[in-house]
Amino acid sequence: MKTVPSAILDELVDRWLAKVATLVAVYVTFRGHNAPGGGFAGGLILGSVFVLQYLTGREPMLRSRPIRHPEALLGAGLLLALVTTVAPLVVGGAPLESHIWSLDVPLIGEVKVVSSMFFDLGVFVVVVSVVLMVLQALGTRGAAVARDRRENA
Amino acid sequence: MALVLAVVAHFVSGALLLVGLRRRPVVGAIVGLVVLAATAAVVVAEGIGADSPLSTTVEWIPLLGFNFSFSLDGFAVVMTLLVSVLGFAVLAYSIGYFEHDSTFARFVGLFMAFAGSMTGLVLAADLFTMFVFWELTSICSFLLIGLNDKSAAARQSAVRALLTTGAGGLCLLGGVGLLQVEFGTTSFAQLAVLSPSGTIAEAAAVLLLLGAFTKSAQFPFHFWLPGAMAAPTPVSAYLHSATMVKAGLVLLARTSPIFADQGVWRWWVVVAGVITMLIGGWQALRQVDAKLLLAHSTVSQLGLLTVLFGVGSPLALYAGVAHLVAHAVFKAGLFLGVGVIDHELGTRDVSRIGAARVRIPATVVAIAVCTLSMAGIIPLLGFVTKEKALVALLDSPLGSVGDVALWGVVAGSVLSVAYSARLLRAVLGGASSSFESHGAVHADEHHHASRLVSVLLSAPVVTTAVVSVVFGFAASLLGTWLVTPATSLDADAKSKLVLWPGINTALIISVFVIVVGAIVGWRAPLAVSAARGSRGERAFDGIYDAVMVVAKRITAATQSGSLPMYVGVMLVLIAAAPITALLIDGNFPTTNYVTDSPLTLAIVVLAVVLALGTVLVQMRFAAALFLGGVGYAVAVLFAMRGAIDLALTQLLVETLSVVIFLLALRVMPRRFSPSSRWNPRSLRMAIAAAVGIAVPLFALAVNGAGGAPSVSQEYLARSVDEAGGRNVVNVILVDFRGFDTMGEITVLAVAALGVANLVRAAERERRNKTTHGAGQ
Repeated sequence: MKTVPSAILDELVDRWLAKVATLVAVYVTFRGHNAPGGGFAGGLILGSVFVLQYLTGREPMLRSRPIRHPEALLGAGLLLALVTTVAPLVVGGAPLESHIWSLDVPLIGEVKVVSSMFFDLGVFVVVVSVVLMVLQALGTRGAAVARDRRENA
Repeated sequence: MALVLAVVAHFVSGALLLVGLRRRPVVGAIVGLVVLAATAAVVVAEGIGADSPLSTTVEWIPLLGFNFSFSLDGFAVVMTLLVSVLGFAVLAYSIGYFEHDSTFARFVGLFMAFAGSMTGLVLAADLFTMFVFWELTSICSFLLIGLNDKSAAARQSAVRALLTTGAGGLCLLGGVGLLQVEFGTTSFAQLAVLSPSGTIAEAAAVLLLLGAFTKSAQFPFHFWLPGAMAAPTPVSAYLHSATMVKAGLVLLARTSPIFADQGVWRWWVVVAGVITMLIGGWQALRQVDAKLLLAHSTVSQLGLLTVLFGVGSPLALYAGVAHLVAHAVFKAGLFLGVGVIDHELGTRDVSRIGAARVRIPATVVAIAVCTLSMAGIIPLLGFVTKEKALVALLDSPLGSVGDVALWGVVAGSVLSVAYSARLLRAVLGGASSSFESHGAVHADEHHHASRLVSVLLSAPVVTTAVVSVVFGFAASLLGTWLVTPATSLDADAKSKLVLWPGINTALIISVFVIVVGAIVGWRAPLAVSAARGSRGERAFDGIYDAVMVVAKRITAATQSGSLPMYVGVMLVLIAAAPITALLIDGNFPTTNYVTDSPLTLAIVVLAVVLALGTVLVQMRFAAALFLGGVGYAVAVLFAMRGAIDLALTQLLVETLSVVIFLLALRVMPRRFSPSSRWNPRSLRMAIAAAVGIAVPLFALAVNGAGGAPSVSQEYLARSVDEAGGRNVVNVILVDFRGFDTMGEITVLAVAALGVANLVRAAERERRNKTTHGAGQ
């Protein structure tokens, strides 16, 4: 894939878009419980950041930790969701039953933390790692296969 | 709690041996011996002389009424003692038997796991508990038959045994399920009170019988037991003679007081038992391998026990318990004894094992005593119990079934005297002198068996012989001990054992049986041409192969491997199911939301145009872009109707899928492949149109139906209080319907792994091709 070596694009994608979009993704994930958003949407937003980086030729960005091994990340996300699912069984509740903690944070005031937030976080991680895996498989590796096909043809 | 502890201890020690003590199997075996001895001690302390049986229930799935319940009643005491005492003897023997064998550690671990399963099985107070341990014994048996995993014959026998007993286990499960659903209990005590009758009870009874017959190797499932002799001697002696094959009898003993008065039960039991007795006895007369002779004789004896336990008369039940004990003792002794001979001479050929009498006289005498007990010769235990069996069948008022049972048992006994006589002749004489000298050389060179090993090997054999003699003379003592076990099965099963019954019909029959049997046995040839696999085995293999062939044909017919085909079938079903439902119900939607506003209409038209574009363009890239456009249009529609969450997610998903499409399309031809004759373009378009019409129609119809109360109001009401969230869509995803989400992300993960691995496979193929090409 042809890359566009452009300082403006560098600035735009790496400095601003990627960072802001990452923040947005996390924000969307956590506000999901009370307003539009959630783990799925948040994961997709972060996923599209990676896609954008890939499309602008910033593939090496994908090679930095901890996203170098998306399979492990995928497992971790599934595990987090699963643990949140079965955790209430330990204290005698129904699977996935929500527990609400009310914290008193200085300066901010009362903050409600709902246990299903961790489930949503699991969903978020799974979605991100699925996008990364597909990108790695069809993008990096697929490019090699495609080149090969073209040469053979 | 002691009962549960006893069962669990077996499994824990078994697991410990399989994992931790691999290097020191002898230490492991000693731990196993301690567990077995402790179990026996607990059973003796808690079970004998107790006013009411010790019972324990451990809840498993209380909602469905599935619990582990154990009860140490009289019968359970006898069976548990058999399991642990014989287990102790066999395990001690195996320390000598497996002297330098690398499979010993695995053997000991599996052995303990099996002993635990069997203990659980005999302690079970309901059918469900029994089923669980029943299956565990099948699995242990499979692993133990195949202990020598390098032998193809052993593996095949293991599979045969597993599939046969496994099929029986499924029948048993069916019976358990029927009883649970129909009568609400599987507990033996409660079923006895209910005394179920009717078609369902009869069906359940037949299923239980099938389970018992497969496990206890009754006709027509008798073939797996001789095959199981591929296992090492301790396994054969313990599992396939003394304990596991008795599981079917335990089931019969527990259920025959409940079901015996039903029409089918008695005939099935008697016919299967008698046929098994005769086939087993006849086959035992024709075996060259002494161990196989014993295997067939076990089949035959199991037939006799099946008749006694299943016929459902109290006296026969008592005789059954007595003969079960006698059989377990003499048959374990015989198996172990033949194992000693094998260990000493390296052969089990009946025309050669006579050489053993010079070298291990004590063991050979013990074998002879056990053989006489098997033949039912006075004054041994076998005589006492077989006599009791004849008396029980003579005295039971069962009509024609009873007559068939009696004469079947008489014929079977003739055969059993005959094969016992043949075995006796084999061990006491008939060895060729040439082999003897060869054997002596062999022994000098290879057998420096230590004193300890030979003691470990012969002690259990001698012990069983001594027990057979002592309890022959002390029959009345054993008889009183067995009253509690028998009455715990059926309150009327009170009787006694005597050594000398006086001249009566049963004794006359016995004399006749012994005379005829001895003549037949003495004249039966020792050397027989080696038999091919038994008819049962061949039938089993035939069925097995046929199932495989049918499975392959069905797979070939339904799994063509064509992607368009799979997608086509799925889409046709997706279209057909809702349309059929709509046509049957006639509940077509009356509202459409398309004409709500001009803007909606415009976007719908846009979506339709983009969809047509997707179908009509020839380039793959263009089609992917059109498809993304359709998705965006739909997202806008979502947003216009206030479904912000949905719109947001749809927008993101569409964006990503277009990119992924483009990435994937790099490796594909630029244009769609031309339509073929079986997959024409028109057909594809028709399917697409059908799905496109059917799904929205259905969605509208469902929305407008309004028959059932909507769940959305309830969700809205509960959202903040119970799940602490104001965004009800998200609360549904992570809380109310969280299981669905869990399933969905799992599917996502599996799909991603699939993509990654497919690409990896393609890479590997490419690499192979290039290296291959370079080589040329």
